Amino acid sequence: MLVFRYDKSFDGLLSALFDAYSLRLFPDALIGPGEPEPLFTERVHDVATDDAHAARVWRGLERRLIPRARSMFVYAWHGEQAQSDQLMLRCLRRVFDEGGDVVADQADPDMKALHRLALQVSHERERMKQFVRLQKAADGTYFAAVTPEHNALPLALDYFTDRFADQRWLIYDRKRDYGYYYDGASARRITLEDDRGMIADKLADEWLAEDERQFQLLWKNYFRALAIPQRTNERLQRRLMPRRYWKHLTEME
Amino acid sequence: MKATVLEKLKVLAESAKYDVSCASSGVTRRNRPGDVGSTAGWGICHSFTADGRCVSLLKIMLTNVCIYDCAYCINRRSNDIPRAAFTPDELAELTIEFFRRNYIEGLFLSSGVVRNPDFTMERMVRVARDLRTVHRFNGYIHLKSIPGASPELVAEAGRYADRMSVNIEIPTERNLLLLAPDKNYESIYRPMSYIQQGVLQSAEERTRFRHAPRFAPAGQSTQMIVGATDESDRDILLLSSSLYARPTMKRVYYSGFIPVNPYDKRLPALDKAPLVRENRLYQADWLMRFYGFRADEIADERTPRLDLEIDPKLAWALRHPEFFPVDVNRADYESLLRVPGIGVKSARLIVTSRRYRTLTQQSLRQIGVVMKKAQYFVLCRELAMGQGVNELRPELVRRLLTAPQRRKSDKNEGQLTLF
Repeated sequence: MLVFRYDKSFDGLLSALFDAYSLRLFPDALIGPGEPEPLFTERVHDVATDDAHAARVWRGLERRLIPRARSMFVYAWHGEQAQSDQLMLRCLRRVFDEGGDVVADQADPDMKALHRLALQVSHERERMKQFVRLQKAADGTYFAAVTPEHNALPLALDYFTDRFADQRWLIYDRKRDYGYYYDGASARRITLEDDRGMIADKLADEWLAEDERQFQLLWKNYFRALAIPQRTNERLQRRLMPRRYWKHLTEME
Repeated sequence: MKATVLEKLKVLAESAKYDVSCASSGVTRRNRPGDVGSTAGWGICHSFTADGRCVSLLKIMLTNVCIYDCAYCINRRSNDIPRAAFTPDELAELTIEFFRRNYIEGLFLSSGVVRNPDFTMERMVRVARDLRTVHRFNGYIHLKSIPGASPELVAEAGRYADRMSVNIEIPTERNLLLLAPDKNYESIYRPMSYIQQGVLQSAEERTRFRHAPRFAPAGQSTQMIVGATDESDRDILLLSSSLYARPTMKRVYYSGFIPVNPYDKRLPALDKAPLVRENRLYQADWLMRFYGFRADEIADERTPRLDLEIDPKLAWALRHPEFFPVDVNRADYESLLRVPGIGVKSARLIVTSRRYRTLTQQSLRQIGVVMKKAQYFVLCRELAMGQGVNELRPELVRRLLTAPQRRKSDKNEGQLTLF
């Protein structure tokens, strides 16, 4: 069994594909740095992440795939599913061997799995747009904590920077321990060394701006007044707004 | 912000909640420097209430004081409910602050009629104008036009609003006059055509001048109440298909009648809202908009009422067994769409995937076709003839598909006695 070891970066994956073609050998498994080799490994090839190689593979994809299909690969990359990198590599290989149209082949288990993963990530991105609740802190920064299933925060970044362009905000992924801080001009990735008890599912009370509680109360009351008791359907509510998001939602307190 | 705002918000949200529409779709507008916010093309639902309805916009009334006395409406003049009114400033601040916290996509403003339609409409337009020009709000605004409003005010409203709507409320004019003596179809259709003219005119101007002002770029919508009067589903669907034939009509909403004024003898006494019927109407609406069905196919003269037990597409398929079986490897897209169990998405996937291989039952399942239904209507390589709708007869297929699912806890499911 042939195993490729790479640095678990997107460019690394593209370089691995480059190496596979130049060696004329396709790996049976991919492992990250420091990971133990799987059973029955005969040979391990170390992939050197090379910007030039990655760029060349990406240019090849640009020639073969329409933008939507390319973004599907980017979405799938942000998915956190076991061995999704091997799945991507197999699909990429089919694209280079058979042309970009093969991504439409939904009866193929690999392509179907890739589509499904990309779809899950894109749903998670959508839910982030829906369910992020910004809270105004005392210094005027708006803050929200998120715990998405997949690593979807970078994909939703353009929405937040466009929509809240004249605010300062911080959206923090607590599961992966990083976030984006937007200072009114551009967003940058940060990791808080020590959050001083500030960040839980929501912002702690003592950090809130003066009028924040009031607007939260207004929103909660508005939300409650809007439900029509004769039509109550909590199962539908839970299906559209799954329980795992509730801890971040002001109105579900 | 004053403490009275909380009370007002509760009262006026309570009054506005029976409006179904909460869509924020139809416009993509990126942020411009100095403005607040943006709009997203497909709309975003920011929350879901306990009845499972989407909260996308701050759906609120400017006031729930009303001079009209419509039988179906909670805000009718003769009802004894708390009344309140927002000032434009309060409403603007609420909208902006909610928007900044990602609670909402924008504002959906309607109003009770105070003094006369134009007086009310003018105050609504002022809120929209303030939001756009003073507060530089760039999010979504949906304005409900007041029946009987003058063309000048509708024209001004369209400049600030993304979507406008006028509610038909009751599917026939005869019944509208009975339940809402102050309204008639003319007062509803007039503003509708003003909006249509505005949208079409602005679209034409924009082909010549790139910066010509836009007019309600997300078009218009309307709503009717189902179950308060005796119209059949066929009447309702024919009306909505004629509404969809108008160039700017994006959505027709159906609202299952909820008896908010049980003392009114003109209304039927229902103990529950007709939720299943409402759902079937929405399914039929989808069939008209995305599946190429005509209204008189979904509910023909012999079956003017939709079947509550099965969905309208399955009902059509069972009435027309001669159309089936459909060969998934050969049939065109339009015929695939007519198969129960195949939706728009799976029909598209079938058309693209079959270029690469002959589709089997297994691949159909993988594509996401609901085989439980589709199996009686399709023909694919390995599926032998002899179990389609024509062989089993439609009545039997119907019985097979509507049979109640047996629960696992049924007594005879467990281990049988050995002795």
